[in-house]
Amino acid sequence: MEMSNMALSTNPQSISAVQSMVAAQEAIANAFTVEDLNFFYGSFHALKNINMEIKKNEITALIGPSGCGKSTFLRILNRMNDLEGDITVKGRICLEGEDIYKDIEPIVLRHRVGMVFQQPNPFPQSLYDNVAFGPRLQGITNKTDLDQIVEESLQRASLWNEVKDRLKKSAVSLSGGQQQRLCIARTLATKPEVILMDEPTSALDPISTAKIEELALELKEKYTIVIVTHNMQQAARISDKTAFFLMGDLIEYNKTKVIFSDPHQPKTADYINGRFG
Amino acid sequence: MQASKAIPAPRRRALTSDRIVTLSLHVLAGATLLLLLSFVGYIAYSALIDFQPSLLEFSPTGIGNQLFNTVYLVFLSLIISVPLGIGAGIYMAEYATHGRIQKVLRIAIETLSSLPSIVVGLFGYLVFIIMTNSQWNLFAGALTVSILTLPLIATITEDALRALPASYAKGSYGLGATKWQTISRVLIPAAFPAIITGIILAAGRVFGEAAALMFTAGMSTDINWNSTDITSPTNAFNPFRSGETLSLQIWASRSESLDPHASAMANLSALLLLALVFMFSIGARALSRYLNRKNLGDTK
Repeated sequence: MEMSNMALSTNPQSISAVQSMVAAQEAIANAFTVEDLNFFYGSFHALKNINMEIKKNEITALIGPSGCGKSTFLRILNRMNDLEGDITVKGRICLEGEDIYKDIEPIVLRHRVGMVFQQPNPFPQSLYDNVAFGPRLQGITNKTDLDQIVEESLQRASLWNEVKDRLKKSAVSLSGGQQQRLCIARTLATKPEVILMDEPTSALDPISTAKIEELALELKEKYTIVIVTHNMQQAARISDKTAFFLMGDLIEYNKTKVIFSDPHQPKTADYINGRFG
Repeated sequence: MQASKAIPAPRRRALTSDRIVTLSLHVLAGATLLLLLSFVGYIAYSALIDFQPSLLEFSPTGIGNQLFNTVYLVFLSLIISVPLGIGAGIYMAEYATHGRIQKVLRIAIETLSSLPSIVVGLFGYLVFIIMTNSQWNLFAGALTVSILTLPLIATITEDALRALPASYAKGSYGLGATKWQTISRVLIPAAFPAIITGIILAAGRVFGEAAALMFTAGMSTDINWNSTDITSPTNAFNPFRSGETLSLQIWASRSESLDPHASAMANLSALLLLALVFMFSIGARALSRYLNRKNLGDTK
């Protein structure tokens, strides 16, 4: 900012510089900018020419039938697909302007872009150690700091009141819904910018599901959330934008309201009306 | 109600064979237990009937020194084989996961684990005694028995790591952990109770080993308990002194000893050895439970 002010005062003709600043700031309002993404598992073309902008502090839902590429797309965003072996990524995926396949180390990227999985997967350790895992990886060892991060993260994940007296107990003693909120707390503790959720409620009962949805809505004030879901009501209830994938193509990406009330593509309409998938 | 009491013939046969199998399994289990108990009872009886307090002395007339040697040798061999074995298991489960290297490694380990211990003993004698130009010593014995225990610990570690749900590793990578952080902070602690089992089995093998130690750890023991100089050849804790273990001593007293108490000595050694293995096993399990609780947190 200081640079541009200086430029303005010394050179009144630098309007184009200001314009590019504005464009850059718009790009920064995007958490992710995906350009011409093509993705292959071996020779299988799993995602085709995906272009997408994911806005900050919004919930973006990815929907589509099984095998459409929505989970693959999600796992590209924090490079979890790197662990699967024979993959090829073409195109550019930027997190706040930085190319995640060129400019950022995967382990740093995964601190910034956390992930919550389909099955709650707490480590077989105490609640405390689960939440402190990420901060410890980042080199935080001070007990007071860790205590504070653990409490904050559990509070944000609406789990603190239920577990504050048993932080030293095993994480596997929690119920499924509590385990999933613990996994969210564990992700929050790494202080991410984006949280990816891969069908986070598909293994949970309706009450736990409602809690997680409520939590997602609270969290979007501070974080950007991308959620894969099979449950279309869920996408309609909580997301701001919805992307519909089919056979590796991004068929339609728009405001959730539009997708569910007035989809522009006939395939989208067929899918949300349950005519296939 | 009456109709349901009439069981059709095929179902009746199924029920009968179910009962027969259940009964036979109980009988077999009971027989095994009885065999074990009578075996232990016989050993205890033979040991106690000839018992003399002097046999327990830490001197050439007692078996105290052999008892110490046994414990010390197990300790030395575990120091060598536990890190190496766990390391090999990690390598096979997480690094050399497929391809030619893994096949070759697996064949090597399987072969190693089925080598007769006398062959390993002679190999140890050749490599750790003759080629190093040294006298029989406990350290050479520990190295030699480690060849026998390594494959055991490596295989059990590998199996334990492979048995963990993939979601543990995914969760850890998802939080930005490196591969080694994932292995050391999540996978090894989660597999630890199983790895302990491997260590207990390995220790049991060392407690009972005789053939591999005959030509490496040696058959003589000369300990001066007043020595405080660890480099002295008579200092108890000098790993480079020779030291006879309990099982070697049983073998020696039963085969070539001229000592009038030889048989009483062998019987008492057998009982002590049994008690030692038992205590070690209980101790290791208690340690495993403790670490697990510390790690896992209380499960209630």
